[in-house]
Amino acid sequence: MKHLLSTEDLPREEALRILDTAEDMADVSGREVKKLPTLRGRTVVNLFLEDSTRTRISFEVAAKRLSADVINFSAKGSSVSKGESLKDTAQTLEAMGADGVVIRHGASGAPQTLAASGWITAGIVNAGDGTHEHPTQALLDAFTIRRRLHGAASRGRGLDGVGVTIVGDVLHSRVARSNVWLLTALGARVRLVGPATLLPVGAASWPVEIGYDLDAAVAEAPDVLMMLRVQSERMRDAFFPGEREYSREWGLTDERLSKLPPTTMVMHPGPMNRGLEISAAAADSPASTVLEQVANGVSVRMAVLYHLLAADPRGE
Amino acid sequence: MLRITGATLPDGTRADLAIEDGRFVEPADAPRRARTIDAAGLIALPGLVDLHTHLREPGFEQSETVLTGTQAAAAGGYTAVFAMANTQPVQDTAGVVEQVQALGLRAGYATVRPIGAVTVGLKGERLAEIGAMAASRAQVRVFSDDGMCVSDPLLMRRALEYVTTFGGVVAQHAQDPRLTAGAQMNEGEVSARLGLAGWPAVAEESIIARDVLLAEHVGARLHVCHVSTAGAVEVIRWAKARGIRVTAEATPHHLLLTEAEAAGYDARFKVNPPLRRSEDVEALRAGLADGTIDIVATDHAPHPAEAKECAWAEAANGMVGLESALSVVHAAMVDGGLLDWGGVARVMSRTPARIGGLRGYGAAFEPGAPAHLALYDPAASREFGLGDLRGRSANSPYLGRTLPGRIVHVFHRGVPTVADGALRPADEVAAARRLEEVPA
Repeated sequence: MKHLLSTEDLPREEALRILDTAEDMADVSGREVKKLPTLRGRTVVNLFLEDSTRTRISFEVAAKRLSADVINFSAKGSSVSKGESLKDTAQTLEAMGADGVVIRHGASGAPQTLAASGWITAGIVNAGDGTHEHPTQALLDAFTIRRRLHGAASRGRGLDGVGVTIVGDVLHSRVARSNVWLLTALGARVRLVGPATLLPVGAASWPVEIGYDLDAAVAEAPDVLMMLRVQSERMRDAFFPGEREYSREWGLTDERLSKLPPTTMVMHPGPMNRGLEISAAAADSPASTVLEQVANGVSVRMAVLYHLLAADPRGE
Repeated sequence: MLRITGATLPDGTRADLAIEDGRFVEPADAPRRARTIDAAGLIALPGLVDLHTHLREPGFEQSETVLTGTQAAAAGGYTAVFAMANTQPVQDTAGVVEQVQALGLRAGYATVRPIGAVTVGLKGERLAEIGAMAASRAQVRVFSDDGMCVSDPLLMRRALEYVTTFGGVVAQHAQDPRLTAGAQMNEGEVSARLGLAGWPAVAEESIIARDVLLAEHVGARLHVCHVSTAGAVEVIRWAKARGIRVTAEATPHHLLLTEAEAAGYDARFKVNPPLRRSEDVEALRAGLADGTIDIVATDHAPHPAEAKECAWAEAANGMVGLESALSVVHAAMVDGGLLDWGGVARVMSRTPARIGGLRGYGAAFEPGAPAHLALYDPAASREFGLGDLRGRSANSPYLGRTLPGRIVHVFHRGVPTVADGALRPADEVAAARRLEEVPA
């Protein structure tokens, strides 16, 4: 694997390999010395041209646990804020000998543009591009679901038959897109629920079911209920009338939480708007996987960096 | 005196042609010792006329100039281009349009007819000095805010009426700005997948529907720029059946390429209006074949490399198209049997000249008519490359693609601008230019 740009073009076998490696990485994170020498002497650049402290820190911890040298390059205060182009930034990183570039960019497709450009030879990891994809988030979500369902017996398993309902602003969500492709490739049945304004025109061709009614979705007792972050500024563009109505129709309220069976996982990619798309009780309930997701994020990102930058043990 | 022997005319017949003093003359009158071009196997087309070109000068000379843009035009078989108004300063006064026209005359590669802005600064707020531009030496007859839509319905109504006063036409860039805020590509399956903000077909179709009704109400002519959707073709077909005086253009790229090209986020395929679905391409081809779409116009839109070598959302809209237009129409229309060469002459020369009020293109090849001519080898085929581009910018979507045909000779008012497939040098063309050529 040269780059990780999207889950849409990630075959099931490849995804399973990453998830299984992440299990090994999780074992390392449980040790007293949480460090492997695998990427010693390699340089990973976190090129974050859109602010995201959480994802950047997760990648930074992952790279450091693999003993890589990590350079953080963020938009604020850098040459990028002085108008430097993606091309010039990429060529600069190339000249400095970056082996891997983890890129977060506000424009959909920027990682793909970088990978196809010839400006840089480093492996590219998409850490979230515009409203396109966020593949490591989907991988950590799949990893989290698998671990909750199968525990120590997770290795090698897909998510066949698992029911996942993704709720909210799918239109603007790179997390939702990456999860649609990855979870369905792993065999899950995915349903999208939200107001029609926030479900993309053209999503009818996706391998998912689409609905508007969260109560109906809750009544079907899905294995996983994934709440997406909704940005309140969407109100101004007439996607929905207001926070109260959104929360009433598509929020995971205490009442809806009480109707879910205890086996249903409640997921959220963070950061959460408590009281808007998810109630405080739901966020803090035993059903919530939010903190597991954060912890698993490090393991999954270690696995991704390992597959991209370390020599493949099987010589593939 | 020049003789051209054995050319195939657009109607399929073979004929000799002769040119003297910038005009076609009776070939029988040509002296035997006249210089001769053997045009066996070549199609003689009337010089092509582009109703929609961005020459970028004044203001954006790093992208194109009147000289380089008309060189690109000549390389594509064009002898006249209508230069869009979105220059800097905008072509919204007599002074600017006269400057652009004069630059064209000086270069000599093609007749340059400036298009005047409809509104001051293309801002859509108040009418530009349409009368002054019409009365200027540039004799502007086409008015457009292209790049921006005249979206205010009252202003559009007034513009349609006011332009009528000067025998002109408004060329509308049909795009509802509110429905396309931040839009990056056609809204549909591909945009949903790529996470790019959608440019819905309805944003084009609703403006066209409104404008044809306004044109009907005030009895004005309307020209619709770069029609790109099947629904828009339907609306125009309906308007024509109703007797509304509307004409419409399609670009070569909308006749050949689809939104699927966006999948790799290669910004060379970012254009406004965006590439659409294959159903739209089929509808545009059918509309051009049955006359619903009157003409092909390039929307030649040069941009420097840095405006395309970036993330899709940060890239400029537009593609260069003058050099490739005829080959693309050949591939999209002629090869599929939808249009014959007579049809090509109609949609790429005679009708655009008529819509734009450009004289000299009504009776191609007739003795006495200005010698605007392109000789085209339809049997040729080539991988389109940087060497085929003669303008200043290289943002062509066809690089690396095999396209049919080749321009062999071009004459602009009898002056060779392309000879044996090569552009003639600027000094030679400028020296031979016909100073008397002032648009009627």
